[in-house]
Amino acid sequence: METYSFLRHMADSWFLLAMTLGFLGLCLWAFRPGSRAAHQEIATSIFRNDDRPASSDPAKKEG
Amino acid sequence: MWDYLKLIGLGLLALLAAIAANYAHDLAYQVNAVTVMLAAGISFLYVLRTAGDPRPNLQHEYFDGVVRAGAIATAFWGVVGFLVGVVIATQLAFPQLNFEWAQGYLNFGRLRPLHTSAVIFAFGGNALIMSSFYIVQRTSAARLFGGSLGWFVFWGWQLVIVLAATGYVLGATQGKEYAEPVWYVDILITVVWVAFLVAFMGTLFKRKEPHIYVANWFLLSMILTVAMLHLVNNAAIPVSIFGSAQVQLYAGVQDAMVQWWYGHNAVGFFLTAGFLGMMYYFVPKQAERPVYSYKLSIIHFWALIFLYIWAGPHHLHYTALPDWASTLGMVFSVILWMPSWGGMINGLMTLSGAWDKLRTDPIIRMMVVSIGFYGMSTFEGPMMSIKAVNSLSHYTDWTIGHVHSGALGWNGMITFGVLYYLVPRLWNRERLYSLKLVSWHFWLATIGIVLYASSMWVTGIMEGLMWREVDANGFLVNAFADTVAAKFPMYVVRALGGGLFLTGALIMCYNLWMTVRAQPQRVTQHAAVPAE
Repeated sequence: METYSFLRHMADSWFLLAMTLGFLGLCLWAFRPGSRAAHQEIATSIFRNDDRPASSDPAKKEG
Repeated sequence: MWDYLKLIGLGLLALLAAIAANYAHDLAYQVNAVTVMLAAGISFLYVLRTAGDPRPNLQHEYFDGVVRAGAIATAFWGVVGFLVGVVIATQLAFPQLNFEWAQGYLNFGRLRPLHTSAVIFAFGGNALIMSSFYIVQRTSAARLFGGSLGWFVFWGWQLVIVLAATGYVLGATQGKEYAEPVWYVDILITVVWVAFLVAFMGTLFKRKEPHIYVANWFLLSMILTVAMLHLVNNAAIPVSIFGSAQVQLYAGVQDAMVQWWYGHNAVGFFLTAGFLGMMYYFVPKQAERPVYSYKLSIIHFWALIFLYIWAGPHHLHYTALPDWASTLGMVFSVILWMPSWGGMINGLMTLSGAWDKLRTDPIIRMMVVSIGFYGMSTFEGPMMSIKAVNSLSHYTDWTIGHVHSGALGWNGMITFGVLYYLVPRLWNRERLYSLKLVSWHFWLATIGIVLYASSMWVTGIMEGLMWREVDANGFLVNAFADTVAAKFPMYVVRALGGGLFLTGALIMCYNLWMTVRAQPQRVTQHAAVPAE
């Protein structure tokens, strides 16, 4: 019962707080400065490399 | 060397399975052991015949063979699962279809888990494996990791399906909803799933793109969470290594809580997160525009991850579960409504500026309807998890209607859309055989779902009200059999709706078959590129 009470107490206080802050932090991180361009780039990345993998030669980078 | 090791392993496996079949304590175990022996034997012959063959370096092309096989398996198991569903729906309306000669094998109780597992794990599972392999290769711009590991995942999963399905009919089950497979099938699932994770993660590790596209986040969370859920919920001790019976590690309310923590997150991660991964890739591709808001997709992802895992206790309202736990489940279920609708808006708004495609492109129409059903069932679900609503809806057919508006509407329709998207591309065909048949499929499936869901609302609320109706002296007015009799017309309508949905799926199979058989080859620009 001791373990149960301890875990229960941890879960609905500090751990709940940590998870809430973690979640808010991850959401805020999405809005960091400069994210707009990065997200634009990722969102359109699905329109390349449809037919075959990118060349392993980094010099021939596909646009 | 590697081939020799494989041959030794497969030979040993076939031998052990033969011994196991000989010592089997029950018929289901015996049939499963013979199946494993045959599977190991066939694999042995295949490895033997191809041993020492030159292995060309294929890193410059995608591993699409396994995706093609996945498309065939998805369509095939879909039809099987829907067919069994129509059969058991008809059995419920007309109980005489539980034939006397098939008692203990083909009655409702045996076929029901066959239906649920066939549609969720065979149809949905193959759709997820197929889409994961397709998406992770394209978004990483790299060939699938692990050589032929993809084939192991594919064939291993088919073996899981066959073992589970034959086991259910012959009576092997651990009696946990959506986790019916017995202990040795659970071990096989674990092995295949880990191979799936390795192939997926390995491809991400060797990606040529700098970022990991959001669809992969959803798919990876699906793989990881399902692994965790599977291991915890299936903790059991076999009674004998030569039998299919086992004893659960947990008992009583703890077992129930673990089961519904698993059960709800199987819905949340297998049928939601995984299929959202499909949505975030295939809807933008089919609409030919990037996702409406990439930021919203990130928030959608994290909100889903942080919230879904707590929603399970809403399956256990008014039981021996502590009150605080079921309240917690209810609260998180209601909060979950917000990210779900955020995701729905994100999917739908991807079409903003291209709404005219809805008129001309039946595939987009299918995807949009599936997102609409995602929104509807993720509104209905939180509502049903509220204790006051649940006291009416629980144990009634309303729950069945809710599940099917999600499964047929969201999972089914998005999978059909993906199959229509993938098949011409995978077989290098110019276009689909017939867009008109896609429209027929679309309308048959949509009308089928509407008939299904509305008949289940009516019958569910009706039986819920009949169960709680008391007379002036506080006695119950209706016997249970009265509610069963009153439900008959709605059961017939439900079977009819399922029949329409099945007909649509058969039309899809014909259309896809003709696409591969009768459409001209697409002329590709890289047809003449030498294999470096």
